[in-house]
Amino acid sequence: LTVAIAIDSVDAVRDAVRDGPSVLPVGGGSKPALSTPPTGDVVALDMRPLSGIVEYDPRELTVTALAGTAVAQLRDALAAHRQHLPFDPPLVGSGATLGGVVATGAAGPSAFCHGGVRDFVIGVRFVDGTGTLVGGGGKVVKNAAGFDFAKLMVGSIGRLGVLVELSFKVFPGPGVRATAILDFGDTPSALAAMARLGRAPFRIEALDLQPPARLLVRFAGSAELPGRVCELAGREPTEVLDGDREARLWRRASELGWVGSGATLVRAAITLRRAPDLLALLADAGAQARLSLGANVAWIAWPSDKPLDPLDRWLHMQRSLGMVLTGRPERLLIGRSRGGAFAARVRDALDPDRRFPEA
Amino acid sequence: MHNRCKTLAGLISQLRDLGLGDRVLTHPAALAAFGSDGLAVLHTRPAAVVVAETIQEVVQIVRVCHREQVPFVARGSGTSLSGGALPIEDGIVIALNRLDSVLRIDDVERIAVVEPGVINARVSEAAAPFGLTYAPDPSSQAVCTIGGNVAFNSGGAHCLLHGMTSNHVLGITAVLPDGTIVELGGDSTEQVGPDWAGLFCGSEGLFGIAIEITLRLLPIAEAAHTTLAVYDSLEAAGDAVAQIVAAGMLPVAIEIMDSLAIEAAEASVKPGYPRGAALLIVELEGERVVVDADAIQLRELLASGATELRATGDPAGRALIWKGRKSAFSAVGWLAPNYIVQDGVVPRTRLGETLAEIERLSAEFGLRIANVFHAGDGNLHPLILFDGAEPGALDRAEALGREILLVCLKAGGSVTGEHGIGMEKRELLSLMFSEDDMALMRRLRHTVDPAELANRGKMLPPPPVVT
Repeated sequence: LTVAIAIDSVDAVRDAVRDGPSVLPVGGGSKPALSTPPTGDVVALDMRPLSGIVEYDPRELTVTALAGTAVAQLRDALAAHRQHLPFDPPLVGSGATLGGVVATGAAGPSAFCHGGVRDFVIGVRFVDGTGTLVGGGGKVVKNAAGFDFAKLMVGSIGRLGVLVELSFKVFPGPGVRATAILDFGDTPSALAAMARLGRAPFRIEALDLQPPARLLVRFAGSAELPGRVCELAGREPTEVLDGDREARLWRRASELGWVGSGATLVRAAITLRRAPDLLALLADAGAQARLSLGANVAWIAWPSDKPLDPLDRWLHMQRSLGMVLTGRPERLLIGRSRGGAFAARVRDALDPDRRFPEA
Repeated sequence: MHNRCKTLAGLISQLRDLGLGDRVLTHPAALAAFGSDGLAVLHTRPAAVVVAETIQEVVQIVRVCHREQVPFVARGSGTSLSGGALPIEDGIVIALNRLDSVLRIDDVERIAVVEPGVINARVSEAAAPFGLTYAPDPSSQAVCTIGGNVAFNSGGAHCLLHGMTSNHVLGITAVLPDGTIVELGGDSTEQVGPDWAGLFCGSEGLFGIAIEITLRLLPIAEAAHTTLAVYDSLEAAGDAVAQIVAAGMLPVAIEIMDSLAIEAAEASVKPGYPRGAALLIVELEGERVVVDADAIQLRELLASGATELRATGDPAGRALIWKGRKSAFSAVGWLAPNYIVQDGVVPRTRLGETLAEIERLSAEFGLRIANVFHAGDGNLHPLILFDGAEPGALDRAEALGREILLVCLKAGGSVTGEHGIGMEKRELLSLMFSEDDMALMRRLRHTVDPAELANRGKMLPPPPVVT
């Protein structure tokens, strides 16, 4: 039904945007609702041919690559020099591209310690709604020149521009890691321990809650750390994992392998204080969830046969926002949108002729 | 002229009608104190300075300015080094210093909610009882305000690991130049939808005024360890930085000072630095056992090239090391009557050749340069010394500064790492970005603020003349 154009150059993006009527950049399809044109007149741009690492000098701790590059390709190139993207991009095994990761703005569980996507994108080139190639930021790690379009593009889901090239700050590592699995008697005790661990004076890499009451705490450090984590949590560990089993556990988390096919996946920005209320709502609805990044984000598997309205209402009440990542792209954003008049004016400037569909 | 005077008189009476009383300053002597910011070579007289005490007042003042179409600039402590807080001729200065409340520290969500006039260092003070800290630490942190930090996306020595101001700003309530109030971002470290708060940060006041800011706090690391290494050349110190990176270490800060900067620091705050051609400061933080082990590795790494090594994990010893570094800008006042500080960035691997080029330019222009810089992230702060009483000296210093920034651009860097474009580097912005980039920035500015009321004349150079 929909038309797709294979994009292999910046010119192809510019032509497509200028030709219109409306375009949607699509990467590896790992977040299907974001990759499906919402209406028949929206042309899908297959960005995958626009791929490759443009510049990578490990001594610089920065990398520049085209937007259609598979995250897996970049991950491997960085790993060869014992470096990595500290925001732990999710869904890498499902074919996520760099452009898709940035446009979605979603970080993976091990971003807890160093920050999310917005903290590591240092430069961007994109085609705006007038079909013009523009850029912001640069290739150096510290830069305060001009408006920060690189940050603006994080989470913009193709509604403000078509990403063509991205520059990232990278870090050495990751080091050797271990994970403590801690089971609590109830959700409130698990969340209280999560809050204490969030203030740990040593580095915790991932801090997830598997409802109702299991904490997964990933760390890298001395041999004393497992003991210290458990002491801070006030709980003996059910298990402490390392090596392959540990890596597999987080790979599965990052791939969202626990989300069943009968569910709609929603990613919502929350906070730890909002967690108990959300978990109660999800239990009522028969939804599965995982709270990640110290309960700053909820990955929710909502039963596909039930309307999202209760979740939408709750998010709205909490002044929070969620993004629907699977299913029909009827409603990508639920809850309370931010930005108001500022957002509307930015959109008017970047996409005056509405070449990009409504979110 | 007549109309403008009438507008201003009307504006001032409307501001007084808001109940601001004697907080609307119009007396020349009162205005003089606000004429400059940290870029002292520029001076402008505003029509009035309004000292706001509540967020509501800020909104009302902006609305009056919009109604009367009079430009305004928000001002905190006026420490901008790029002229960002310079008043607009015949415009209004909205002083935000009295909006200095830390509204909330939440140790469970690890956030601080603050008013824009809160002093940077005050946030960490307020968070400390909870074992938390606010990471961005500009050298002026004892006086500069969060509102200014947000407007200019300020940095600091610890950006290397922790990032700049915008990486720590989760949410902003802002008043747009037409008085509309908007909420950008939120209180979660993760966001859904475009990063509006990220775009607002570093926009140099052109999108309006941040009136409430939600900051991310980090746990205070249980151990920190600072190493001082002395080198007989700047180049040798630069090589050591490359070695640290190559070893896969991740220090929280890596700084370099050259001999002139060391001399200045010793003349003023007397940190007791060892003498040498260059001083390297490396700070590690994290789990105590790991920091102790890394400190040993670092010592071994630096031992071959350094002529002297000192290291300390003691808070007082560390504070003294940082005191010398953070006071370096003002300390060069001991070496020359005037100075200009530049803020260029180069890719880290180009540091050595860039420093050599700065040295060559210094000789060519006959002006001394003290170098203090965030070596870990390639952010240079050449301090160009001159005597303003000497005819033409300021122009020569400015020309030299410009040459240095062109060298940074040529190396693939930026004209500003953390001070912003302000008044100072406006024409250089268009050398860094394409015409299309500049056109988009202008279009965005005009869509948000068609009359250019908010901080008029800053950051964006006047558009090219079409012939």
